[in-house]
Amino acid sequence: MQQLERFQYDNKIVRNFAYATIIWGIVGMLVGLWVALQLVFPKELNLQPLFSFGRIRPLHTNAVIFAFVGNGIFMGYYYSLQRLLKTRMASDLLSKIHFWGWQLIIVAAAVTLPLGITTSKEYAELEWPIDIAITIIWVVFGWNMFATILKRRERHLYVAIWFYIATFVTVAVLHIVNSFELPVSLTKSYSWYAGVQDALVQWWYGHNAVAFFLTTPYLGLMYYFMPKAANRPVYSYKLSIIHFWALIFIYIWAGPHHLLYSALPNWAQSLGVVFSFTLIFPSWGGMINGLLTLRGAWDRVREDVILKFMVVAVTAYGMATFEGPMLSLKTINAISHFTDWTIAHVHVGGLGWNGMLTFGILYWLIPRIFKTDLYSKRLANVHFWIATLGILFYAIPMYWAGFTQASMWKQFNESGNLAYPQFVETVTYLRPFYAVRSLGGLLFVFGALLMMYNLLKTVARGKLVANEDAEAPALEKIYHTHKGEHWHRWIERRPVRFLIVTLVVILIGGIVELVPTFLVKSNVPTIASVKPYTPLELQGRDLYIREGCYTCHSQMIRPFRSETERYGEYSKAGEFVYDHPFQWGSKRTGPDLAREGAGNNRKNNLWHFNHLDDPQVVTPGSVMPSYSFMIDKKLDTSTTAAKIRAMQKLGVPYEKGYDQLANKDLVKQAKTIAEDLAASEVNVPSDREIIAIIAYLQRLGTDIEKSKTAQTKN
Amino acid sequence: MSVLILLIAFSILIAGGFLFAFIWSVKKGQYDDDYTPSVRMLFDDNPTDSTASSLTPKQK
Repeated sequence: MQQLERFQYDNKIVRNFAYATIIWGIVGMLVGLWVALQLVFPKELNLQPLFSFGRIRPLHTNAVIFAFVGNGIFMGYYYSLQRLLKTRMASDLLSKIHFWGWQLIIVAAAVTLPLGITTSKEYAELEWPIDIAITIIWVVFGWNMFATILKRRERHLYVAIWFYIATFVTVAVLHIVNSFELPVSLTKSYSWYAGVQDALVQWWYGHNAVAFFLTTPYLGLMYYFMPKAANRPVYSYKLSIIHFWALIFIYIWAGPHHLLYSALPNWAQSLGVVFSFTLIFPSWGGMINGLLTLRGAWDRVREDVILKFMVVAVTAYGMATFEGPMLSLKTINAISHFTDWTIAHVHVGGLGWNGMLTFGILYWLIPRIFKTDLYSKRLANVHFWIATLGILFYAIPMYWAGFTQASMWKQFNESGNLAYPQFVETVTYLRPFYAVRSLGGLLFVFGALLMMYNLLKTVARGKLVANEDAEAPALEKIYHTHKGEHWHRWIERRPVRFLIVTLVVILIGGIVELVPTFLVKSNVPTIASVKPYTPLELQGRDLYIREGCYTCHSQMIRPFRSETERYGEYSKAGEFVYDHPFQWGSKRTGPDLAREGAGNNRKNNLWHFNHLDDPQVVTPGSVMPSYSFMIDKKLDTSTTAAKIRAMQKLGVPYEKGYDQLANKDLVKQAKTIAEDLAASEVNVPSDREIIAIIAYLQRLGTDIEKSKTAQTKN
Repeated sequence: MSVLILLIAFSILIAGGFLFAFIWSVKKGQYDDDYTPSVRMLFDDNPTDSTASSLTPKQK
């Protein structure tokens, strides 16, 4: 018998992350409620410029993913890791740096996003200085984790820890690769990649943010907290090992399903489909393992509110991971993509899986570290039912809306014309759905507020056990391998090697998909008539990015007749070669803008001016925010030269020395637009932002039109 | 850029090797203990005077 060693678990760091989870969770959900209501009351709730939809929808996504779920991960991880390894965290200081660093990053995000400081890459909108901060804090987190693993008193690494390790490694790689950007100033950078390649990197990241930030760490938490709450071992430990490896290996390949029918090379799309579909197996392995853990204990689920939360969470996980592979099938994706269906899907995952599991863990964990009982089980039960209802009120109208939306977009009448040629018709139809969805969101936030009250009362009646005594035998120094031992044990005993294996496994997927598009030039057919943006258009494009127009407008016409009829010629990869970053978008709350300046879509400058000034006057029923402040705001042209130079560095063929001439061209083009507006009796100085964004909108899609006229001439 | 290509080629090679090892060992391997860890995590390590009592999971 080994000598028993006494040590203490650090509960203070767990408490801090728990508080942060609750506070940021409620903030993030409230912002979500706000953006939801903006679609119902666009005039009243879009407070321009700081709190218009395009700026705070990224705030909502970032807050719930990285602040709510992020802190939730760390809370559960600091609690479970210490206990599973039978040791205190390696360094309290690193824990503290991790905690405060992460909170500072969140605050920085909350400040910069409303200011319009954004890269426009979804779930990676934060600008480069914050990206660097994230990298540093992430390394601190990883360092502390591995140092703790090295000084553990338990040889075997429990399945949850593998999930934590995979999370750390993959998120690090994803974040770094996707954040390659060239700084122009402290608050502005351009993505290193352009067009199709940028899109591929972005959704390789974007999908894996879902996989390795919202899924794997939470599976780890499930494998710890669910058996603990139920006080019974996980259904099959073997299954947990198999589904872990399968999951991390397959997940990394699934990204292209976000780009089906886009200008991404078809082979990459098909690869994405195959792996996305295969994902159902390891995902359901986890779901089944979670639910079957409660086999023979379902009577307890009736009484134990914590188990109720967990059961709904795992069920939601199962539904979302069934739906995900289905949505990645091309036939279904043709319907669902760009609609509210996607929004419904992510919220089943977000509210159901992440939200409910976090609530369950909080109700279990807070009384434990405060050595007391939960203040009110009744109130927790009320929370459970309100939250579950909230999910239903959210998801059902959004599924309905998504399907309706797609049907209306694709509907032709007897004479073969679009049945709803005006996009706004679909928007008006959907507004009641948006209203009911907001009610669902309201219920969910209200439930979270009840939880906060309940937990505050719990905290008040207990006292934090900041350092919890524990006792375990020291780790035997030499490990005797015995015959017939399973290979997996070899890895489990070697965290560093395990790290490398995980890294390599996830890299294969990424590399195989990314490299060819970089290398194979033929993937991006160059179109001779595609020219770099003029300086004014470039500035206008950056305003488009700043205002988050991509949150509602796609720039990707898929090769369907319903889309080419509505928007014009389908999008080609070669059209985007100068787009740093790409602006394909992922949702059409408004119409596609890829050919806004071309063909039948082209409107005159006056239309754009009036529309940006007051969208509802030009298009009754529109839910777009007003951008009237751009009429007053002067365009900052001091950045033009630096932007041109940055673009040159990224390979955009501006002539040498053009950075010095750019502003001259900019002023000239701006004057033309201002004069055109003046001819329609709208007098606006040519140095205003609105002129630049009009210039950009008028440019969209015109390149390919030029190539067509050239062809007919020939 | 060509450096990147070279690095990537090597990564794939190494990764392929690991993958091979992974599949090979899955086919060959057996789990010597795929049960105890799932039960062990249920025990708390609260200090006790007699080691024997710590062998029963704490009932709430």
